[in-house]
Amino acid sequence: MTTEPTLPELGATGLLRFMWRQLTSMRTALILLMMLGVAAIPGSLIPQRAQNPMAVRQYYLDSPELARWIERFSGFTVFSSPWFSAIYLLLFISLIGCVLPRTFEHFKAMRALPPLTPRNLSRMESFQQFAGNGSELEKAQIWFKKSRFRVRSEEGAISAEKGYLRETGNLLFHLSLILILIGVSVGSLFGMRGEAIVNKGERFISLATSYDNLSFGKLVNEDSLQPFIIEVIDFVAKYDPVTNAPLDYTATVRVTNPGETTSEMKTIKVNSPLTFGNTRVYLQANGYSPIVTVRDSTGQVALQGPIPFLPQDGNLRSIGSIKVPDADPQLGFVASFYPTFAREGGQGGISVFPEALDPKLLFSIWEGDLGLDSGIPQSVYRIDTSKMKRIALDSLKPGETFSYPEGSIKFETFVPWINLQIVDDPGKSYSLYGAIAAILGLLASLFGRRRRIWIRITSTGVVEVAGLAKNGAPGLDAEIERFVTHLKKEK
Amino acid sequence: MLTTWAYISNYFVYSAMGIFALSFLAHAFETAWAVKAPQQDTNETGSVLTKTLDYTRTERAARIATALMILGFLLLLSGVIARGISNKHVPWGNMYEFSITGALALTGAYLLALRKHDLRWLGLFISISVLLTLGTAVTLLYRDSAPLVPALNSPWLVIHVIAAIISGGVFLLSNVIAGAYLYLHAMESKGDRKPWAKRLPDLETLDQLSYRLVAFVFPLWTFAVIAGAIWAEAAWGRYWGWDPKETWAFITWVAYAAYLHARVTIGWRGKRAAWLCLFAGSTFLFNYVYVNVWGTGKHTYSGL
Repeated sequence: MTTEPTLPELGATGLLRFMWRQLTSMRTALILLMMLGVAAIPGSLIPQRAQNPMAVRQYYLDSPELARWIERFSGFTVFSSPWFSAIYLLLFISLIGCVLPRTFEHFKAMRALPPLTPRNLSRMESFQQFAGNGSELEKAQIWFKKSRFRVRSEEGAISAEKGYLRETGNLLFHLSLILILIGVSVGSLFGMRGEAIVNKGERFISLATSYDNLSFGKLVNEDSLQPFIIEVIDFVAKYDPVTNAPLDYTATVRVTNPGETTSEMKTIKVNSPLTFGNTRVYLQANGYSPIVTVRDSTGQVALQGPIPFLPQDGNLRSIGSIKVPDADPQLGFVASFYPTFAREGGQGGISVFPEALDPKLLFSIWEGDLGLDSGIPQSVYRIDTSKMKRIALDSLKPGETFSYPEGSIKFETFVPWINLQIVDDPGKSYSLYGAIAAILGLLASLFGRRRRIWIRITSTGVVEVAGLAKNGAPGLDAEIERFVTHLKKEK
Repeated sequence: MLTTWAYISNYFVYSAMGIFALSFLAHAFETAWAVKAPQQDTNETGSVLTKTLDYTRTERAARIATALMILGFLLLLSGVIARGISNKHVPWGNMYEFSITGALALTGAYLLALRKHDLRWLGLFISISVLLTLGTAVTLLYRDSAPLVPALNSPWLVIHVIAAIISGGVFLLSNVIAGAYLYLHAMESKGDRKPWAKRLPDLETLDQLSYRLVAFVFPLWTFAVIAGAIWAEAAWGRYWGWDPKETWAFITWVAYAAYLHARVTIGWRGKRAAWLCLFAGSTFLFNYVYVNVWGTGKHTYSGL
């Protein structure tokens, strides 16, 4: 007769404990780590909305069916998708579950004495024995102290251990990863990011309405904006005359700190942003704003001012639109600006150099409904001409005027604009400290060697020495050799 | 004047290629001529032909090969420096420049390691990979010497890129050794090693060596990624943005982290560890080739 083996009842707590053990096991952690790597791959192969929204839009146009499927699996927002978050959150829970108990254990071990000397030293690594003269224990004590071993003195034996730095570093490394994650979370919860195009000569006041786009972390709002003022005094872009590649961008600005009345001059370059506490202002892009004056048939100014155009290529051929919604019927200019115009290629010409050496404004004039009241957001650079008709087409150099039956347009001159990116990331210092601590911990854990050395003098006066290197750390033999040489040395 | 320096740089690089080719031939000669004519061995089961290797016979060829390697290194070093002078910046502005610097780093690492260990069995491989790298660089990747774009104009260029290049070189070296491990493992499981392979270290040593290289360079790679993040914060307004290059740097980091855990914590050795090492190294290679040439994002400085 066979009896069924009786299994212990696995209650709810037992099940939870089982799942916790599974999650915090090294095997699970390793699988999660690999999954994290694999999960990041689609994020680099499929265009991501946060990095490249234009490419995502293009993807929708090219293969809408596939795009919908990708969307269903958050394929365009991989790094904020539920499944990616699930993997790294599980990984971090597993990491915490693994590292915290080990940290407590390690604290205890560091304060405890090294373990007792094993009875049979000859079974350990690098075992040696030789006839002693009775002073070896004393010498060993001094040597251990000098080499900063932690020592347990026993009757006729010493047990010494060194290299706790390895585990300390290991734990420090993993705990700092948590700090990095905290830094990232703080940044995304309490951070802020905005952009604004500012023409040379204009002032930018950091208020919510001044930004072209502005986004806040989940736990902050516009009240947290620092109301600094930046006036763009000058902007200089230098280009290589052979390759047309940019060499340097320098913006000179006058800055008024929040709550202050005095201002000071500063420069912003691509690699050196402006800093207000946690907020930094970056020079991200630049282009040209043609300054135009549009008059109606009676000679009244209908619109005047610099209008930022959007660069299309490395030579800053730029497109833009001039909208006159107050004219009746409404007027729109679909325009292109060429800093150095050349009559080749299609579409009326190209720009052959990014600096404005021979600037030209090409435009077509449209009359009808601009569609601004439809409620659908429109690009400031483009005009929906579906309800308009074209009435003229021309090109102007600075200072020239073109007249048409409904009025005139004068291309006065042009100014550069710069795109300021304003970022507040209160979490980044945590991430930085975490990263520094992670490297230090990593170095300690990879190059630290934990080992034990024992010495015993047997009742017959024979000196026995042996050691044990954890994780197969190299160099124990040599160290014990040095130890023994010291013991044998005559005072 | 500056273009003159670019020409001088090209001459140096071409001469270095010639010297590396000669070094490759010397290494090949060394290996081939070390094989002695088969000898008749008679034992109780009958007589067999055994081939043996005698490297004392080709010691001179080995010395010549190494001397040529040193000469090639010096020529390439001059080429890289001249390129830097012609650009007026560290020569890491595009993929051509990364490649010649990378080839220089690989040769340098090999020569440095040679001072301590007799690694001349690797020389054949090192010289051919340097030749291939330089060949690709001068034919496919060559771009005229040009100044840096503003985003690259930062002290971090030196720190971040040199850390990445050294890590990459060591990752690839470790990959080569893991590959050799797998090849020799397969050879040994079918019987004895072939004569030419007898000089290569035993499997245990290769296994350990490839692990040691990764363990040694993993902190440096971590540093390269972090230095990149600090630079990105200054240049682009965010320290991490899942740009394709960043994403793949992260994947490489995760893959090597998994490799180290698998070895240290779970005790993977041998074949499994070697495959994982190859996988991790290939993510690095993918990042270098794919993202630089075909990728989008902020790291496309290849100039292609």
